[in-house]
Amino acid sequence: MAEPGLARQASSLSNSGVAIIMKPTVIDDLLGVLPSNCVLHATEDLRPYECDGLSAYRQLPLAVALPETIEQVRAVMQVCHRHRTPVVARGAGTGLSGGALPLSDGVLLGLAKFSQILDIDPIGRTARVQPGVRNISISEAAAPHGLYYAPDPSSQIACTIGGNVAENSGGVHCLKYGLTVHNILKLQIVTMEGEMLEIGSDALDSAGFDLLALMTGSEGLLGVIVEVTVKLLPIPEHAQVLLAAFDDVESAGEAVGAIIAKGVIPAGLELMDNPAIRAAEDFVHANYPVDAAAILLCELDGAQDDVSDQITTVDGVLRSCGATEVRVARTAAERATFWAGRKAAFPAVGRLSPDYYCMDGTIPRKELGHVLQCMAQLATQYDLRVVNVFHAGDGNLHPLILYDANVPGELQRTEELGGRILELCVEVGGTITGEHGVGIEKINQMCVQFAAAELSQFHAVKHAFDVDGLLNPGKAVPTLARCAEFGAMHVHHGNLKHPELERF
Amino acid sequence: MTDAIEALRERVERAFANQEQLQIVGGASKTFLGRTPVGEPIHVDECQGIVSYEPTELVITARAGTRLDELDRTVREAGQLLAFEPPHFGPDATLGGTVACGLSGPRRPYAGAVRDFVLGVKIINGKGELLRFGGQVMKNVAGYDVSRLMTGAMGCLGVLVEVSLKVLPRPASECTLAFEMDVDAGLTKMLALAASTTPLSGACFTQGHLHVRLSGTQAGVAAAARQLGGEHTDAALWADVRELTHVALNGTKPLWRISVPATTPNNRDLAADLIDWGGALRWVRTDAPASTVRQWAEASGGHARVFSDGDRDNSAFHPLKPAVLAIHQRLKKAFDPNAVLNPHRMYAQF
Repeated sequence: MAEPGLARQASSLSNSGVAIIMKPTVIDDLLGVLPSNCVLHATEDLRPYECDGLSAYRQLPLAVALPETIEQVRAVMQVCHRHRTPVVARGAGTGLSGGALPLSDGVLLGLAKFSQILDIDPIGRTARVQPGVRNISISEAAAPHGLYYAPDPSSQIACTIGGNVAENSGGVHCLKYGLTVHNILKLQIVTMEGEMLEIGSDALDSAGFDLLALMTGSEGLLGVIVEVTVKLLPIPEHAQVLLAAFDDVESAGEAVGAIIAKGVIPAGLELMDNPAIRAAEDFVHANYPVDAAAILLCELDGAQDDVSDQITTVDGVLRSCGATEVRVARTAAERATFWAGRKAAFPAVGRLSPDYYCMDGTIPRKELGHVLQCMAQLATQYDLRVVNVFHAGDGNLHPLILYDANVPGELQRTEELGGRILELCVEVGGTITGEHGVGIEKINQMCVQFAAAELSQFHAVKHAFDVDGLLNPGKAVPTLARCAEFGAMHVHHGNLKHPELERF
Repeated sequence: MTDAIEALRERVERAFANQEQLQIVGGASKTFLGRTPVGEPIHVDECQGIVSYEPTELVITARAGTRLDELDRTVREAGQLLAFEPPHFGPDATLGGTVACGLSGPRRPYAGAVRDFVLGVKIINGKGELLRFGGQVMKNVAGYDVSRLMTGAMGCLGVLVEVSLKVLPRPASECTLAFEMDVDAGLTKMLALAASTTPLSGACFTQGHLHVRLSGTQAGVAAAARQLGGEHTDAALWADVRELTHVALNGTKPLWRISVPATTPNNRDLAADLIDWGGALRWVRTDAPASTVRQWAEASGGHARVFSDGDRDNSAFHPLKPAVLAIHQRLKKAFDPNAVLNPHRMYAQF
């Protein structure tokens, strides 16, 4: 499988007949620092790495390096730095914005072998883990101590903590428990030069600039994460879910504000519009009210007494905001059923249409009515259907544009509509990506959100860590020259990669 | 208001062109922090006012010169609070200074630090460019998190001119309980409480007493208080802990702020006068050599700085490891290539 390194260094004859020694290639040098089974470069071996969760974009890398120790990661980086070869780090490859898309002239650095939980400190409530540990494994390992790791992206059974840090992943409980950046303490990273850096500390803060925040969500452009120390929280004593139906979406949106105005911060607060309700109901039979214009799912957690108090408060608020029906889950099974429809919303929508295109904008919540109205108008204008699911608590919208790639022109109309929706999000004071990251997918929309001087400042930040621009180049921050086109996530026949995973 | 920002921008731009040094001044309540300020003052306090506040959005946006008092009052009237409980250190404390200094009060281990609540900023970098990062929404992963990088950067990377903060509902009920015990028992008890589902919002130890604050619904706080026992005491304690005006901190020796993992045992040679953050923050007045304090902090997994009354120019911030210092110097150059803004305020090297 692996070509012997020396074969690639074979001498050849120049035109003048003088023997010259070919310089060793980056693959030769990788084989010099890694066991041969840790370097892949035959096309059939590279294939599994050609894309991440955004499978519309595919590219074979020059080689895949699969180191097993931090020393080997450093050696790989040193080799690539010496060769001026770009490096793209990858965890489980579940990302949805193409952040781990390989480069044809680059090395894909797979960190899946770093899958050990190194230490759990139940007294200090921290876990020290390798980057390839799956998100859910941390909570599973902490559970015997009554602790868990709070951020829970929907793909948590597969996604790795290293990728979570790189993307600053969220989940449905962000409003109350924060994103990855709020739940980590310390990172060990390897720089492009192969140097080790310790960022953050075991204390609650550290000396100097907040490099921990800067690294979080930097999409692999600043360093390679080789160890993460996360905070663990006590598992809430009690959790409860309410489901409320509304005759119009605006009232549901207002109810969200009204709940918060009462001083309640729900653990989760999700909104679905009628097309999403119907699709989910057809798919999983969660007994959703299919005639409702919108439903809200509200999860409350904490001490038993707190939760009981809040259930009463929220129930009252929902009714006074015009809920036509409010249900409180009476059993754990019922609670799971309430959530089942929401969690299946995306695959359910996949059954309505040959293709859909998923957006990930965030808006100030008060703009929900306005944004939904504008989206409906735009959809009519572009003659396309839009289905909405919404992390209502924190303003993160996932509009799905339904289309059929086999109908000439529909794909292009969809892309245009998607672009208009993201511009709308920015226009009302929001952002083009709430949780999926920019990656390669939304790189062009960065031009809408940021001015040239701001993009230049981002590039200067990258330069401070990666002088030669070799870490995941071309992702996350567009060059000024590039600011022209639009990209998007396209799901053909519901064929998201890893369809078994819950999403969004 | 735009004029105030434009005036600041022009001033920085001029300083950039002329290679001048500027010291950023808000309410001058935290001038004592860090190394001795140098350069011409550039006053941010005229750039003030709340830009937008919608309680149901849980976001307040204000100009950097806005008084912290005004912010506190505004959110309190709407039944909310700045959950990182920032110290003021004077009536003129501003939002900009609070964010630039990156300090958080007793609620920090349970609610989060100032950096956890910063959603977006407008800054002027060292070239005189007005830049906007982050925004007014909770979830935003577009671009590097420059807003949080600015938090605690002591103005070395940019002049903050506007900040958006997440706010939270003020708890319906709070109570403070005191327990008499020795410091070792106090540290153990703080850890045990934090690992339980007790609705904690403060835990400090001083003068032979553990003080615990509970926050939540009426029913939740009452139930937890019944379970814990202890003696109900005055909640005014927390303002004294936050502002470092607690009697246990009186003295003239250098005041060290030692940030360590909460599991760090008490050091009898560097006995803390006040322990906050559930054990993770040790305030010590001591004449012990800086190297002694730093070695202990570092060996414990944390860091130490002279907060006040000490050798600010040599000991203000814990020294950085060479590789991390190099990143700091390069970041400084990325934001402020001519070293205009608060030069050497954080470290002698930049």
